[in-house]
Amino acid sequence: MLRFAAAVLAATAFAGLAEAKTLTVNPGGDAQEKLQTALLDARPGDTVELAAGRYELTDGLSLDVADVTVKGAGADKTVLSFKGQKSSGEGLLVTSDRVTLRDFAVEDTKGDGIKAKGTDQISFIGLRVEWTGGPKATNGAYGVYPVASTNVLIQRVTVKGASDAGIYVGQSKNIVVRDSTAAFNVAGIEIENSIGADVFANTSTHNAGGILVFDLPNLPQMGGHSTRVFDNQVVDNDTANFAPKGNIVANVPTGTGVMVMANRDVHVFANRIDGNQTAAVMLVSYTQKFDDKTYNPLPRDIAVHDNQIGRNGWSPQFEGGGLLAMLMGGTLPPVMWDGVTTYGDSGEVAHVRLSDGPVLNLHLAAPGQLKTAKPTKAATEGDAQPAEPRPVELPKRQADLGR
Amino acid sequence: MAGAPAPRLSDYRLFTDPGARAPNAGLTPYALNTPLFSDYALKFRFLYLPPGAKAAYRPDGVLDLPVGAALVKTFAYPADFRRPDEKVRYLETRLLVHRPDGWAAYAYVWNEAQTEAVLKRAGARIDVGFTDAQGRARTVDYRVPNQNQCKECHQLDKTLTPIGPKARNLNGDYTYAEGRENQLAHWSRLGLLTGAPPPAQAPRAPRWDDPAEPLDGRARAYLDANCAHCHNPKGAASNSGLFLTLDETRPAAIGIGKAPVAAGRGSGDLKVGIEPGHPEQSILAYRLASAEPGVMMPELGRSITHEEGLALVRAWIAATPSTSKPPQKP
Repeated sequence: MLRFAAAVLAATAFAGLAEAKTLTVNPGGDAQEKLQTALLDARPGDTVELAAGRYELTDGLSLDVADVTVKGAGADKTVLSFKGQKSSGEGLLVTSDRVTLRDFAVEDTKGDGIKAKGTDQISFIGLRVEWTGGPKATNGAYGVYPVASTNVLIQRVTVKGASDAGIYVGQSKNIVVRDSTAAFNVAGIEIENSIGADVFANTSTHNAGGILVFDLPNLPQMGGHSTRVFDNQVVDNDTANFAPKGNIVANVPTGTGVMVMANRDVHVFANRIDGNQTAAVMLVSYTQKFDDKTYNPLPRDIAVHDNQIGRNGWSPQFEGGGLLAMLMGGTLPPVMWDGVTTYGDSGEVAHVRLSDGPVLNLHLAAPGQLKTAKPTKAATEGDAQPAEPRPVELPKRQADLGR
Repeated sequence: MAGAPAPRLSDYRLFTDPGARAPNAGLTPYALNTPLFSDYALKFRFLYLPPGAKAAYRPDGVLDLPVGAALVKTFAYPADFRRPDEKVRYLETRLLVHRPDGWAAYAYVWNEAQTEAVLKRAGARIDVGFTDAQGRARTVDYRVPNQNQCKECHQLDKTLTPIGPKARNLNGDYTYAEGRENQLAHWSRLGLLTGAPPPAQAPRAPRWDDPAEPLDGRARAYLDANCAHCHNPKGAASNSGLFLTLDETRPAAIGIGKAPVAAGRGSGDLKVGIEPGHPEQSILAYRLASAEPGVMMPELGRSITHEEGLALVRAWIAATPSTSKPPQKP
């Protein structure tokens, strides 16, 4: 048994500082083992290079080494196909810090596409995540899925077909989503229970809902705030909601441009929002049952201004929407607020500045109490001056990656 | 810096024979009151302690195992589960090794001839056929996890840790060569464990499959062993807010009336994790019943449904009274 102890000691010997190296992986019959082995062999500073071609994978891949770049030959050239996936909840899982994923595609995962959990400085650049059979309830939930992470960069990423959100950032801090495209998902881009996000210069189209900023109860990180949604194209979100019930996005009406639910300090400005049959912008409270005293279900301190708002709201896809539209003269005003301003005994009052309009205020007595609606329509709503959240600053090294 | 593990299981000399049927000195076999389900595989578990080293008792969590200790677990299938001691085929032997820089996990996959097991860091797939306890022919597309996947389950705050050898889960009898004895008492008597109280005073996890034990305890022990390694506030599924450890008491954290967060199609069109009285409306049971990646839970470690475990959880949900808590409305 001494030999066992010796083996343990030998295994812990310091391997010394090695120079950063590139581990190249080629497609082929044993792609699963070769690719996963490279992800295990990589040392901090290394690059795992995925040569062009199609990789047929049967199991989820995972990376747990910090400071590693995984780089393909392009989002249409290096394709990781999970059509034959037999296990794992996602295609690729990253659990280490300062990882950059760039220039490859992940297709047809059984669960989520690419997940990063509990990481610092995770960067998704020039990726494509797609369910190639088009929008289906049997597709995986999220395309790119950073969660419980700090410093998240998503740039030039395309996601198609997710049965929940194409680009989803949950319970994270300091987030940039830019220059990306989300199409034919239930939700294009969703920022949930997160603090400090800039979502700009993206195109969100042909989803059920374009861009969502949500806060949900009973989660380790709640009290999401400080998100700026600007300079995006939120157009023609016209795919019928295909989310499996039970998921929060199943409640997003088909044809929603931007939706803010609960959350605070959300500023929506300078976007082009057009061709969304339910509404351009909706501000709503969380209406489901919950058992969480620390949660505030109202959207608070919300500003909507200087958006270029086209034709929206001609056929709202929520219960009572048709009647409401009729009351409003055939079309729903582009900006809709449930109008709930106070919740519980917190004393906190929900302020808004909705200067794009007209604005429909439902004046609900409480979240979801549609029967109490006293709808009014006005050119603008609210005269609060909520301060715009400061621009998100990523560490310079990370911010420069996408240049 | 993580060094290289030995390429072959035999390099560790944990067993005296090439087939690893005969444990060497320093290995103590053990069993858990309620284990993780792994596609019905039999599991042969051993604790290795270096000469003179001792484990220290802890009432909560895993026993304090010294550097140099290792946990050795072989996954195996008999040809026929009605004769589980005959024609037993080893698939893989997993090691959890306590090194000076922390725990490390390795999987060694057995050859057809059952004479050698070699390290497989990237995981593997093995076709398995067996006759189950009901006499039905079954096949399993058995998955050996990759090295990172070991850690996905075996982690607390991103640090690799053992899961099984908790005092409460070891507090039961084991049939040793010299006779039957409580494991904590046995380990204490042999000087392998220090600080343990008499078994009657130590916590004890119920056996999930002992109908004499209370249903609630059995089901919670089952969920603890099968789910809580990820579903705890420091685990891989911390972001779900669903916590299934034995000591969790908040109804919403256990899933009662809790809406899913990132379940996707795993929700099965159901609205809450647990709907008291209604297993058919509970996502928890739906995901345990599924064998489809993207839906099934746990995500790793099984490819077929544990029918008996599922029946237990369903019975428990059916018997769970409605909390009759009204929804929070201002």
